[in-house]
Amino acid sequence: MLTSLYADQAALLDWSRAQFALTACYHWLFVPLTLGLAVVMGVMETLYVIKKDDFWKHTTQFWQKIFGINFAIGVATGIILEFEFGTNWSNYSWFVGDIFGAPLAIEGIVAFFMEATFIAVMFFGWNKVGKKFHLSATWLTGIGATLSAWWILVANSWMQHPVGMEFNPDTVRNEMMDFFGVAFQSVAVVKFFHSVLSGWMTGGFVTIGISCWYLLKKRENRFALASLRVGAAVAALGTIGVMLTGDASGLDAARLQPMKLAAAEGLEKGGEGAPFSIVPGIEVPKVLSILATHDPDGFVPGIEDIKNGYTLPDGTVVPSADEKIARGKTALSAFKTYRQAKADGDSLLAQTARATLNENLPYFGYGYLEKADDLVPPVPLVYWSFRVMVGFGGALTLILLLVVWFDYKKKISSMRWLQWLGLAAIPMVYLAGQAGWIVAEVGRQPWAIQDLLPVNAAISSLSTSAVITTCCIFLVLFTILLIVELRIMCKAVKKGPDFHNGTKNKKA
Amino acid sequence: MKTAKALPVRLWRFYVDGFRQMTWGRTLWIIILLKLAVMFLVLRLFFFQPALAGLNTEEKQETVARNLCP
Repeated sequence: MLTSLYADQAALLDWSRAQFALTACYHWLFVPLTLGLAVVMGVMETLYVIKKDDFWKHTTQFWQKIFGINFAIGVATGIILEFEFGTNWSNYSWFVGDIFGAPLAIEGIVAFFMEATFIAVMFFGWNKVGKKFHLSATWLTGIGATLSAWWILVANSWMQHPVGMEFNPDTVRNEMMDFFGVAFQSVAVVKFFHSVLSGWMTGGFVTIGISCWYLLKKRENRFALASLRVGAAVAALGTIGVMLTGDASGLDAARLQPMKLAAAEGLEKGGEGAPFSIVPGIEVPKVLSILATHDPDGFVPGIEDIKNGYTLPDGTVVPSADEKIARGKTALSAFKTYRQAKADGDSLLAQTARATLNENLPYFGYGYLEKADDLVPPVPLVYWSFRVMVGFGGALTLILLLVVWFDYKKKISSMRWLQWLGLAAIPMVYLAGQAGWIVAEVGRQPWAIQDLLPVNAAISSLSTSAVITTCCIFLVLFTILLIVELRIMCKAVKKGPDFHNGTKNKKA
Repeated sequence: MKTAKALPVRLWRFYVDGFRQMTWGRTLWIIILLKLAVMFLVLRLFFFQPALAGLNTEEKQETVARNLCP
Protein backbone atom coordinates (compact mmCIF):
# COMPACT_ATOMS: atom_id res chain seq x y z
CA MET A 1 0.00 0.00 0.00
CA LEU A 2 2.79 2.38 1.02
CA THR A 3 4.87 1.28 -1.96
CA SER A 4 1.97 2.06 -4.26
CA LEU A 5 1.61 5.50 -2.67
CA TYR A 6 5.30 6.26 -3.23
CA ALA A 7 5.05 4.98 -6.82
CA ASP A 8 2.06 7.27 -7.45
CA GLN A 9 3.93 10.23 -5.96
CA ALA A 10 6.99 9.46 -8.09
CA ALA A 11 4.85 9.16 -11.23
CA LEU A 12 3.10 12.46 -10.45
CA LEU A 13 6.45 14.16 -9.94
CA ASP A 14 7.92 12.71 -13.13
CA TRP A 15 4.91 13.71 -15.25
CA SER A 16 4.75 17.19 -13.72
CA ARG A 17 8.43 17.71 -14.40
CA ALA A 18 8.10 16.30 -17.91
CA GLN A 19 5.22 18.67 -18.61
CA PHE A 20 7.14 21.68 -17.31
CA ALA A 21 10.24 20.66 -19.27
CA LEU A 22 8.19 20.19 -22.45
CA THR A 23 6.57 23.61 -22.09
CA ALA A 24 9.84 25.38 -21.24
CA CYS A 25 11.78 23.70 -24.07
CA TYR A 26 9.02 24.58 -26.53
CA HIS A 27 8.91 28.20 -25.30
CA TRP A 28 12.67 28.44 -25.72
CA LEU A 29 12.36 27.57 -29.42
CA PHE A 30 10.79 30.98 -30.04
CA VAL A 31 12.37 33.30 -27.50
CA PRO A 32 15.99 33.19 -28.72
CA LEU A 33 14.98 33.81 -32.34
CA THR A 34 12.88 36.80 -31.25
CA LEU A 35 15.83 38.21 -29.29
CA GLY A 36 18.33 37.61 -32.08
CA LEU A 37 16.24 38.63 -35.09
CA ALA A 38 15.32 41.85 -33.28
CA VAL A 39 18.99 42.83 -33.45
CA VAL A 40 19.35 41.64 -37.05
CA MET A 41 16.32 43.75 -38.09
CA GLY A 42 17.54 46.71 -36.06
CA VAL A 43 20.96 46.68 -37.74
CA MET A 44 19.41 46.33 -41.21
CA GLU A 45 16.95 49.17 -40.69
CA THR A 46 19.73 51.35 -39.26
CA LEU A 47 21.64 50.73 -42.50
CA TYR A 48 18.51 51.74 -44.44
CA VAL A 49 18.19 55.01 -42.51
CA ILE A 50 21.92 55.79 -42.82
CA LYS A 51 22.39 54.75 -46.44
CA LYS A 52 18.92 55.82 -47.66
CA ASP A 53 18.93 52.74 -49.92
CA ASP A 54 15.56 51.02 -50.43
CA PHE A 55 17.38 47.69 -50.75
CA TRP A 56 17.88 47.72 -46.98
CA LYS A 57 14.25 48.65 -46.41
CA HIS A 58 13.01 45.59 -48.33
CA THR A 59 15.66 43.43 -46.70
CA THR A 60 14.51 44.60 -43.26
CA GLN A 61 10.88 43.93 -44.20
CA PHE A 62 11.68 40.35 -45.18
CA TRP A 63 13.37 39.62 -41.85
CA GLN A 64 10.55 41.39 -40.03
CA LYS A 65 8.19 38.92 -41.66
CA ILE A 66 10.24 35.99 -40.31
CA PHE A 67 10.32 37.73 -36.91
CA GLY A 68 6.52 38.22 -37.06
CA ILE A 69 5.84 34.54 -37.85
CA ASN A 70 8.09 33.40 -35.01
CA PHE A 71 6.57 35.97 -32.64
CA ALA A 72 2.98 35.02 -33.52
CA ILE A 73 3.48 31.31 -32.94
CA GLY A 74 5.60 31.79 -29.83
CA VAL A 75 3.62 34.55 -28.14
CA ALA A 76 1.90 33.50 -24.91
CA THR A 77 3.43 30.00 -24.88
CA GLY A 78 5.18 31.09 -21.68
CA ILE A 79 1.80 31.72 -20.04
CA ILE A 80 1.29 27.97 -19.84
CA LEU A 81 4.27 27.80 -17.49
CA GLU A 82 2.39 30.16 -15.19
CA PHE A 83 -0.71 27.94 -15.37
CA GLU A 84 1.50 25.04 -14.31
CA PHE A 85 2.91 26.97 -11.36
CA GLY A 86 -0.58 27.43 -9.92
CA THR A 87 -1.87 23.94 -10.66
CA ASN A 88 1.04 21.53 -10.52
CA TRP A 89 3.43 23.43 -8.24
CA SER A 90 1.13 25.15 -5.76
CA ASN A 91 3.37 24.61 -2.71
CA TYR A 92 6.24 26.16 -4.60
CA SER A 93 4.08 29.05 -5.86
CA TRP A 94 2.93 29.96 -2.38
CA PHE A 95 6.33 29.40 -0.76
CA VAL A 96 8.11 31.81 -3.15
CA GLY A 97 5.20 33.79 -4.61
CA ASP A 98 6.22 37.01 -2.91
CA ILE A 99 9.57 36.95 -4.67
CA PHE A 100 8.79 35.12 -7.86
CA GLY A 101 5.61 37.12 -8.49
CA ALA A 102 7.32 40.52 -8.70
CA PRO A 103 9.68 39.81 -11.62
CA LEU A 104 6.96 37.88 -13.48
CA ALA A 105 4.47 40.74 -13.02
CA ILE A 106 7.01 43.31 -14.22
CA GLU A 107 7.78 41.05 -17.17
CA GLY A 108 4.10 40.83 -18.05
CA ILE A 109 3.66 44.60 -17.93
CA VAL A 110 6.86 45.37 -19.84
CA ALA A 111 6.23 42.65 -22.39
CA PHE A 112 2.65 43.65 -22.97
CA PHE A 113 2.95 47.42 -23.15
CA MET A 114 6.35 47.86 -24.71
CA GLU A 115 6.26 45.06 -27.24
CA ALA A 116 2.58 45.52 -28.11
CA THR A 117 3.06 49.25 -28.68
CA PHE A 118 6.23 49.19 -30.69
CA ILE A 119 5.62 45.99 -32.61
CA ALA A 120 2.46 47.62 -34.02
CA VAL A 121 4.44 50.68 -35.13
CA MET A 122 7.06 48.38 -36.62
CA PHE A 123 4.60 46.37 -38.71
CA PHE A 124 1.95 49.00 -39.48
CA GLY A 125 4.09 52.11 -39.50
CA TRP A 126 6.04 51.84 -42.77
CA ASN A 127 5.17 55.02 -44.78
CA LYS A 128 3.00 56.27 -41.90
CA VAL A 129 5.59 57.44 -39.41
CA GLY A 130 8.97 59.02 -39.99
CA LYS A 131 11.98 56.83 -40.81
CA LYS A 132 13.72 57.57 -37.54
CA PHE A 133 10.59 57.01 -35.50
CA HIS A 134 10.08 53.69 -37.25
CA LEU A 135 13.69 52.75 -36.62
CA SER A 136 13.25 53.61 -32.93
CA ALA A 137 10.14 51.39 -32.81
CA THR A 138 12.09 48.48 -34.33
CA TRP A 139 14.89 48.80 -31.78
CA LEU A 140 12.43 49.33 -28.92
CA THR A 141 10.58 46.14 -29.90
CA GLY A 142 13.84 44.28 -29.42
CA ILE A 143 14.67 46.15 -26.22
CA GLY A 144 11.17 45.30 -24.88
CA ALA A 145 11.71 41.61 -25.61
CA THR A 146 15.15 41.77 -23.98
CA LEU A 147 13.79 43.48 -20.86
CA SER A 148 11.11 40.80 -20.62
CA ALA A 149 13.84 38.20 -20.74
CA TRP A 150 15.65 40.03 -17.93
CA TRP A 151 12.80 39.59 -15.48
CA ILE A 152 12.17 35.96 -16.36
CA LEU A 153 15.87 35.25 -15.94
CA VAL A 154 15.92 37.13 -12.61
CA ALA A 155 13.18 34.77 -11.41
CA ASN A 156 15.06 31.73 -12.72
CA SER A 157 18.34 32.92 -11.18
CA TRP A 158 16.68 33.33 -7.81
CA MET A 159 15.74 29.65 -7.96
CA GLN A 160 19.40 28.80 -8.66
CA HIS A 161 20.67 31.12 -5.92
CA PRO A 162 17.99 32.42 -3.55
CA VAL A 163 19.00 35.78 -2.04
CA GLY A 164 17.37 38.95 -0.72
CA MET A 165 14.54 37.24 1.16
CA GLU A 166 13.51 36.14 4.63
CA PHE A 167 11.36 33.11 5.44
CA ASN A 168 8.24 33.96 7.43
CA PRO A 169 6.90 30.80 9.13
CA ASP A 170 3.60 32.57 9.90
CA THR A 171 2.75 33.20 6.25
CA VAL A 172 4.77 30.18 5.02
CA ARG A 173 6.35 32.48 2.48
CA ASN A 174 9.76 33.75 1.59
CA GLU A 175 9.29 37.50 1.68
CA MET A 176 11.36 39.90 -0.39
CA MET A 177 13.70 42.04 1.71
CA ASP A 178 16.04 43.35 -0.99
CA PHE A 179 14.56 43.86 -4.46
CA PHE A 180 17.82 45.06 -5.98
CA GLY A 181 19.66 42.15 -4.37
CA VAL A 182 17.28 39.80 -6.21
CA ALA A 183 17.28 41.74 -9.49
CA PHE A 184 21.00 42.38 -9.80
CA GLN A 185 22.68 39.43 -8.10
CA SER A 186 25.64 38.07 -10.05
CA VAL A 187 23.82 34.88 -11.11
CA ALA A 188 21.00 36.95 -12.64
CA VAL A 189 23.38 39.27 -14.49
CA VAL A 190 25.47 36.42 -15.88
CA LYS A 191 22.43 34.33 -16.80
CA PHE A 192 20.78 37.31 -18.51
CA PHE A 193 23.76 38.03 -20.74
CA HIS A 194 24.44 34.34 -21.40
CA SER A 195 20.84 33.65 -22.41
CA VAL A 196 20.23 36.85 -24.40
CA LEU A 197 23.53 36.56 -26.24
CA SER A 198 22.72 32.93 -27.05
CA GLY A 199 19.57 34.44 -28.58
CA TRP A 200 21.77 36.70 -30.70
CA MET A 201 23.63 33.57 -31.81
CA THR A 202 20.31 31.97 -32.75
CA GLY A 203 19.14 35.04 -34.69
CA GLY A 204 22.52 35.38 -36.38
CA PHE A 205 22.85 31.74 -37.39
CA VAL A 206 19.23 31.49 -38.58
CA THR A 207 19.93 34.54 -40.77
CA ILE A 208 23.14 32.91 -42.04
CA GLY A 209 21.32 29.61 -42.64
CA ILE A 210 18.43 31.11 -44.61
CA SER A 211 20.85 33.30 -46.58
CA CYS A 212 22.88 30.18 -47.43
CA TRP A 213 19.68 28.51 -48.63
CA TYR A 214 19.20 31.36 -51.15
CA LEU A 215 22.82 30.98 -52.25
CA LEU A 216 22.31 27.24 -52.71
CA LYS A 217 19.22 27.96 -54.78
CA LYS A 218 21.15 30.67 -56.66
CA ARG A 219 18.46 33.20 -55.83
CA GLU A 220 18.47 36.71 -54.40
CA ASN A 221 22.28 36.82 -54.43
CA ARG A 222 22.73 40.42 -53.26
CA PHE A 223 20.07 40.08 -50.58
CA ALA A 224 21.52 36.77 -49.37
CA LEU A 225 25.08 38.07 -49.12
CA ALA A 226 24.01 41.28 -47.39
CA SER A 227 21.83 39.38 -44.92
CA LEU A 228 24.58 36.83 -44.36
CA ARG A 229 27.01 39.62 -43.38
CA VAL A 230 24.59 41.17 -40.88
CA GLY A 231 23.75 37.70 -39.53
CA ALA A 232 27.46 36.89 -39.19
CA ALA A 233 28.13 40.14 -37.32
CA VAL A 234 25.28 39.47 -34.85
CA ALA A 235 26.29 35.80 -34.50
CA ALA A 236 29.91 36.83 -33.86
CA LEU A 237 28.92 39.25 -31.08
CA GLY A 238 26.63 36.59 -29.62
CA THR A 239 29.26 33.86 -29.80
CA ILE A 240 31.99 35.94 -28.14
CA GLY A 241 29.53 37.07 -25.46
CA VAL A 242 28.29 33.53 -24.82
CA MET A 243 31.88 32.31 -24.37
CA LEU A 244 32.72 35.07 -21.89
CA THR A 245 29.50 34.72 -19.90
CA GLY A 246 29.78 30.92 -20.09
CA ASP A 247 33.09 31.27 -18.27
CA ALA A 248 31.44 33.46 -15.60
CA SER A 249 28.58 30.97 -15.40
CA GLY A 250 31.09 28.17 -14.71
CA LEU A 251 32.59 30.19 -11.85
CA ASP A 252 29.10 30.76 -10.40
CA ALA A 253 28.24 27.06 -10.65
CA ALA A 254 31.48 26.05 -8.95
CA ARG A 255 30.84 28.51 -6.12
CA LEU A 256 27.08 28.09 -5.64
CA GLN A 257 26.01 24.82 -7.28
CA PRO A 258 29.04 22.50 -7.11
CA MET A 259 26.89 19.40 -7.63
CA LYS A 260 25.70 20.76 -10.99
CA LEU A 261 29.30 21.28 -12.10
CA ALA A 262 30.35 17.84 -10.84
CA ALA A 263 27.43 16.23 -12.70
CA ALA A 264 28.19 18.18 -15.89
CA GLU A 265 31.72 16.78 -15.71
CA GLY A 266 30.81 13.34 -14.43
CA LEU A 267 33.39 14.04 -11.70
CA GLU A 268 33.01 11.40 -9.00
CA LYS A 269 36.06 12.30 -6.95
CA GLY A 270 37.35 15.86 -7.12
CA GLY A 271 40.49 17.55 -5.87
CA GLU A 272 43.10 20.12 -6.84
CA GLY A 273 44.08 20.37 -10.51
CA ALA A 274 40.86 18.66 -11.62
CA PRO A 275 40.82 17.44 -15.25
CA PHE A 276 38.19 18.35 -17.87
CA SER A 277 36.47 15.38 -19.48
CA ILE A 278 36.05 15.74 -23.24
CA VAL A 279 34.28 12.38 -23.51
CA PRO A 280 34.47 9.46 -21.07
CA GLY A 281 38.10 8.27 -20.94
CA ILE A 282 39.61 11.36 -22.57
CA GLU A 283 40.60 14.10 -20.12
CA VAL A 284 42.61 17.29 -20.27
CA PRO A 285 44.56 17.80 -17.02
CA LYS A 286 43.79 20.82 -14.84
CA VAL A 287 41.33 22.40 -17.28
CA LEU A 288 38.28 21.91 -15.05
CA SER A 289 40.11 23.66 -12.21
CA ILE A 290 40.94 26.54 -14.56
CA LEU A 291 37.29 26.79 -15.69
CA ALA A 292 35.89 26.50 -12.17
CA THR A 293 38.38 28.63 -10.24
CA HIS A 294 40.67 30.32 -12.82
CA ASP A 295 43.52 28.50 -11.09
CA PRO A 296 45.13 25.36 -12.60
CA ASP A 297 45.52 23.94 -9.11
CA GLY A 298 42.15 25.11 -7.81
CA PHE A 299 40.01 22.69 -5.80
CA VAL A 300 36.88 21.29 -7.43
CA PRO A 301 34.69 18.91 -5.38
CA GLY A 302 33.34 15.78 -7.04
CA ILE A 303 30.00 14.05 -6.46
CA GLU A 304 31.41 11.83 -3.70
CA ASP A 305 33.08 14.81 -1.98
CA ILE A 306 29.78 16.67 -1.91
CA LYS A 307 28.00 13.62 -0.52
CA ASN A 308 30.64 12.97 2.14
CA GLY A 309 31.57 16.58 2.97
CA TYR A 310 34.84 18.37 2.22
CA THR A 311 37.10 21.21 3.31
CA LEU A 312 37.75 24.14 0.99
CA PRO A 313 41.32 25.49 0.60
CA ASP A 314 40.38 28.48 2.80
CA GLY A 315 39.51 26.07 5.63
CA THR A 316 35.74 26.28 5.26
CA VAL A 317 34.15 22.93 6.09
CA VAL A 318 31.25 21.95 3.87
CA PRO A 319 29.03 19.47 5.76
CA SER A 320 28.23 16.04 4.40
CA ALA A 321 24.86 15.33 2.79
CA ASP A 322 23.81 13.28 5.82
CA GLU A 323 24.54 16.19 8.14
CA LYS A 324 22.65 18.61 5.90
CA ILE A 325 19.70 16.21 5.76
CA ALA A 326 19.70 15.93 9.56
CA ARG A 327 19.76 19.72 9.94
CA GLY A 328 17.01 20.02 7.33
CA LYS A 329 14.83 17.61 9.30
CA THR A 330 15.53 19.66 12.43
CA ALA A 331 14.39 22.78 10.56
CA LEU A 332 11.18 21.09 9.37
CA SER A 333 10.45 19.78 12.85
CA ALA A 334 11.03 23.26 14.33
CA PHE A 335 8.75 24.76 11.69
CA LYS A 336 5.98 22.33 12.60
CA THR A 337 6.51 22.92 16.33
CA TYR A 338 6.49 26.70 15.80
CA ARG A 339 3.14 26.63 14.01
CA GLN A 340 1.59 24.30 16.56
CA ALA A 341 2.91 26.42 19.45
CA LYS A 342 1.49 29.57 17.83
CA ALA A 343 -1.88 27.87 17.40
CA ASP A 344 -1.79 26.77 21.06
CA GLY A 345 -0.72 30.24 22.22
CA ASP A 346 2.53 28.89 23.70
CA SER A 347 4.78 31.85 22.95
CA LEU A 348 7.83 30.51 24.78
CA LEU A 349 7.87 27.27 22.79
CA ALA A 350 7.19 29.23 19.61
CA GLN A 351 10.21 31.45 20.32
CA THR A 352 12.50 28.47 20.92
CA ALA A 353 11.23 26.67 17.84
CA ARG A 354 11.72 29.78 15.71
CA ALA A 355 15.31 30.13 16.90
CA THR A 356 15.96 26.49 15.97
CA LEU A 357 14.29 27.02 12.60
CA ASN A 358 16.37 30.11 11.83
CA GLU A 359 19.56 28.32 12.86
CA ASN A 360 18.89 25.46 10.45
CA LEU A 361 17.06 27.41 7.73
CA PRO A 362 19.89 27.22 5.14
CA TYR A 363 19.27 23.44 5.14
CA PHE A 364 15.46 23.59 5.13
CA GLY A 365 15.06 21.78 1.80
CA TYR A 366 17.40 18.95 2.77
CA GLY A 367 14.77 17.84 5.28
CA TYR A 368 12.72 16.43 2.40
CA LEU A 369 15.55 14.16 1.25
CA GLU A 370 16.11 10.68 2.61
CA LYS A 371 19.64 9.84 1.57
CA ALA A 372 22.78 11.40 0.12
CA ASP A 373 22.09 9.95 -3.33
CA ASP A 374 18.91 12.05 -3.53
CA LEU A 375 21.22 15.05 -4.02
CA VAL A 376 22.69 13.72 -7.26
CA PRO A 377 21.02 14.83 -10.51
CA PRO A 378 20.79 12.43 -13.50
CA VAL A 379 24.50 12.53 -14.34
CA PRO A 380 24.47 11.04 -17.89
CA LEU A 381 21.82 13.50 -19.09
CA VAL A 382 23.64 16.53 -17.64
CA TYR A 383 27.06 15.27 -18.77
CA TRP A 384 26.04 14.66 -22.39
CA SER A 385 23.88 17.79 -22.62
CA PHE A 386 26.91 19.84 -21.62
CA ARG A 387 28.92 18.18 -24.38
CA VAL A 388 26.16 18.78 -26.94
CA MET A 389 26.06 22.46 -25.93
CA VAL A 390 29.83 22.96 -26.03
CA GLY A 391 30.31 20.69 -29.06
CA PHE A 392 27.75 22.48 -31.21
CA GLY A 393 28.99 25.82 -29.84
CA GLY A 394 32.47 24.94 -31.10
CA ALA A 395 31.15 23.74 -34.46
CA LEU A 396 29.13 26.94 -34.87
CA THR A 397 32.20 29.05 -34.10
CA LEU A 398 34.11 27.18 -36.79
CA ILE A 399 31.27 27.63 -39.32
CA LEU A 400 31.15 31.34 -38.48
CA LEU A 401 34.90 31.74 -39.01
CA LEU A 402 34.67 29.92 -42.36
CA VAL A 403 31.69 32.01 -43.46
CA VAL A 404 33.42 35.28 -42.53
CA TRP A 405 36.73 34.26 -44.12
CA PHE A 406 35.30 33.02 -47.41
CA ASP A 407 32.90 35.94 -47.63
CA TYR A 408 35.88 38.28 -47.15
CA LYS A 409 37.61 36.37 -49.98
CA LYS A 410 34.41 36.79 -52.06
CA LYS A 411 34.22 33.04 -52.63
CA ILE A 412 31.19 32.06 -50.60
CA SER A 413 28.71 32.36 -53.50
CA SER A 414 30.36 29.40 -55.22
CA MET A 415 31.15 27.24 -52.18
CA ARG A 416 28.23 24.87 -51.93
CA TRP A 417 29.69 22.80 -49.08
CA LEU A 418 29.97 25.93 -46.96
CA GLN A 419 26.44 26.96 -47.89
CA TRP A 420 25.22 23.55 -46.71
CA LEU A 421 27.20 24.01 -43.50
CA GLY A 422 25.58 27.42 -43.02
CA LEU A 423 22.16 25.85 -43.44
CA ALA A 424 23.08 23.08 -40.97
CA ALA A 425 23.92 25.79 -38.42
CA ILE A 426 20.17 26.35 -37.88
CA PRO A 427 19.43 23.03 -36.12
CA MET A 428 22.83 23.15 -34.42
CA VAL A 429 22.18 26.50 -32.73
CA TYR A 430 18.79 25.30 -31.48
CA LEU A 431 20.22 22.04 -30.15
CA ALA A 432 23.01 23.93 -28.36
CA GLY A 433 20.47 26.28 -26.74
CA GLN A 434 18.17 23.48 -25.62
CA ALA A 435 21.09 21.46 -24.28
CA GLY A 436 22.27 24.52 -22.33
CA TRP A 437 18.94 24.76 -20.55
CA ILE A 438 18.98 21.02 -19.81
CA VAL A 439 22.38 21.48 -18.12
CA ALA A 440 21.07 24.47 -16.14
CA GLU A 441 17.78 22.92 -15.03
CA VAL A 442 18.38 19.16 -14.83
CA GLY A 443 21.81 19.87 -13.33
CA ARG A 444 20.24 21.56 -10.30
CA GLN A 445 17.92 18.68 -9.46
CA PRO A 446 16.53 17.76 -6.97
CA TRP A 447 15.99 21.45 -6.26
CA ALA A 448 13.08 23.62 -7.30
CA ILE A 449 14.82 26.28 -5.21
CA GLN A 450 18.43 25.57 -4.40
CA ASP A 451 18.75 24.16 -0.84
CA LEU A 452 15.30 25.47 0.16
CA LEU A 453 12.73 23.35 -1.64
CA PRO A 454 13.17 20.15 -3.62
CA VAL A 455 10.73 19.32 -6.40
CA ASN A 456 9.09 16.53 -4.37
CA ALA A 457 7.96 19.13 -1.79
CA ALA A 458 7.09 21.81 -4.35
CA ILE A 459 4.48 19.72 -6.10
CA SER A 460 0.67 19.87 -5.63
CA SER A 461 -1.45 16.88 -4.67
CA LEU A 462 -3.02 16.06 -8.03
CA SER A 463 -4.04 12.88 -9.74
CA THR A 464 -1.30 11.63 -12.05
CA SER A 465 -3.83 10.97 -14.79
CA ALA A 466 -4.81 14.68 -14.85
CA VAL A 467 -1.19 15.66 -15.44
CA ILE A 468 -0.74 12.96 -18.08
CA THR A 469 -3.86 14.25 -19.88
CA THR A 470 -2.67 17.88 -19.97
CA CYS A 471 0.81 16.76 -20.93
CA CYS A 472 -0.60 14.88 -23.94
CA ILE A 473 -2.80 17.85 -24.88
CA PHE A 474 0.26 20.10 -24.83
CA LEU A 475 2.27 17.68 -26.87
CA VAL A 476 -0.43 17.61 -29.58
CA LEU A 477 -1.08 21.38 -29.45
CA PHE A 478 2.59 22.33 -29.50
CA THR A 479 3.41 19.88 -32.28
CA ILE A 480 0.61 21.31 -34.42
CA LEU A 481 1.76 24.87 -33.72
CA LEU A 482 5.36 23.98 -34.53
CA ILE A 483 4.38 22.35 -37.81
CA VAL A 484 2.23 25.38 -38.68
CA GLU A 485 5.10 27.73 -37.90
CA LEU A 486 7.61 25.78 -39.93
CA ARG A 487 5.21 25.61 -42.87
CA ILE A 488 4.45 29.34 -42.80
CA MET A 489 8.09 30.20 -42.34
CA CYS A 490 9.24 27.90 -45.15
CA LYS A 491 6.56 29.43 -47.40
CA ALA A 492 7.77 32.95 -46.55
CA VAL A 493 11.39 31.97 -47.20
CA LYS A 494 10.49 30.29 -50.50
CA LYS A 495 8.59 33.40 -51.59
CA GLY A 496 11.59 35.50 -50.68
CA PRO A 497 11.97 39.24 -50.23
CA ASP A 498 9.73 41.56 -52.21
CA PHE A 499 11.85 44.17 -53.96
CA HIS A 500 9.20 45.26 -56.45
CA ASN A 501 5.98 45.62 -54.56
CA GLY A 502 7.37 46.12 -51.11
CA THR A 503 5.98 49.03 -49.18
CA LYS A 504 2.98 50.49 -50.89
CA ASN A 505 0.67 47.51 -50.80
CA LYS A 506 2.19 45.00 -48.44
CA LYS A 507 2.09 46.17 -44.88
CA ALA A 508 2.13 43.09 -42.72
CA MET B 1 -7.99 70.65 -27.75
CA LYS B 2 -8.22 69.84 -31.44
CA THR B 3 -4.82 68.15 -31.36
CA ALA B 4 -5.69 66.25 -28.20
CA LYS B 5 -8.88 65.04 -29.83
CA ALA B 6 -7.11 64.21 -33.05
CA LEU B 7 -4.48 62.01 -31.43
CA PRO B 8 -6.80 59.19 -30.30
CA VAL B 9 -8.53 59.32 -33.69
CA ARG B 10 -5.21 59.15 -35.51
CA LEU B 11 -4.12 56.27 -33.30
CA TRP B 12 -7.39 54.47 -33.98
CA ARG B 13 -7.01 55.00 -37.75
CA PHE B 14 -3.39 53.81 -37.53
CA TYR B 15 -4.44 50.48 -36.07
CA VAL B 16 -7.57 50.07 -38.22
CA ASP B 17 -5.64 50.76 -41.44
CA GLY B 18 -2.84 48.50 -40.29
CA PHE B 19 -5.19 45.58 -39.65
CA ARG B 20 -7.14 46.19 -42.87
CA GLN B 21 -4.04 46.20 -45.03
CA MET B 22 -2.60 43.01 -43.56
CA THR B 23 -1.88 40.18 -45.99
CA TRP B 24 0.05 37.27 -44.40
CA GLY B 25 -0.54 38.89 -41.01
CA ARG B 26 -4.19 37.78 -41.14
CA THR B 27 -3.19 34.13 -40.98
CA LEU B 28 -0.93 34.86 -38.04
CA TRP B 29 -3.66 36.69 -36.18
CA ILE B 30 -6.04 33.75 -36.72
CA ILE B 31 -3.38 31.44 -35.25
CA ILE B 32 -2.81 33.77 -32.29
CA LEU B 33 -6.53 34.04 -31.53
CA LEU B 34 -7.08 30.28 -31.86
CA LYS B 35 -4.12 29.61 -29.62
CA LEU B 36 -5.29 32.07 -26.97
CA ALA B 37 -8.80 30.60 -27.13
CA VAL B 38 -7.46 27.07 -26.57
CA MET B 39 -5.22 28.29 -23.77
CA PHE B 40 -7.71 30.39 -21.86
CA LEU B 41 -11.09 28.90 -22.75
CA VAL B 42 -10.11 25.23 -22.71
CA LEU B 43 -6.85 24.59 -20.86
CA ARG B 44 -7.21 27.28 -18.18
CA LEU B 45 -10.91 26.69 -17.55
CA PHE B 46 -11.04 22.90 -17.63
CA PHE B 47 -7.53 21.64 -16.91
CA PHE B 48 -5.60 24.23 -14.95
CA GLN B 49 -7.52 25.14 -11.84
CA PRO B 50 -5.05 26.63 -9.34
CA ALA B 51 -4.71 24.09 -6.53
CA LEU B 52 -5.25 26.76 -3.86
CA ALA B 53 -8.18 28.48 -5.62
CA GLY B 54 -11.18 29.29 -3.44
CA LEU B 55 -9.19 29.44 -0.21
CA ASN B 56 -8.64 32.63 1.74
CA THR B 57 -5.13 33.71 2.75
CA GLU B 58 -5.14 31.94 6.12
CA GLU B 59 -6.45 28.72 4.56
CA LYS B 60 -3.76 28.89 1.88
CA GLN B 61 -1.08 29.34 4.54
CA GLU B 62 -2.46 26.44 6.53
CA THR B 63 -2.76 24.16 3.50
CA VAL B 64 0.77 24.83 2.30
CA ALA B 65 2.18 24.49 5.84
CA ARG B 66 0.43 21.12 6.12
CA ASN B 67 1.74 20.04 2.71
CA LEU B 68 5.26 21.14 3.52
CA CYS B 69 5.27 19.66 6.99
CA PRO B 70 2.76 16.80 7.16
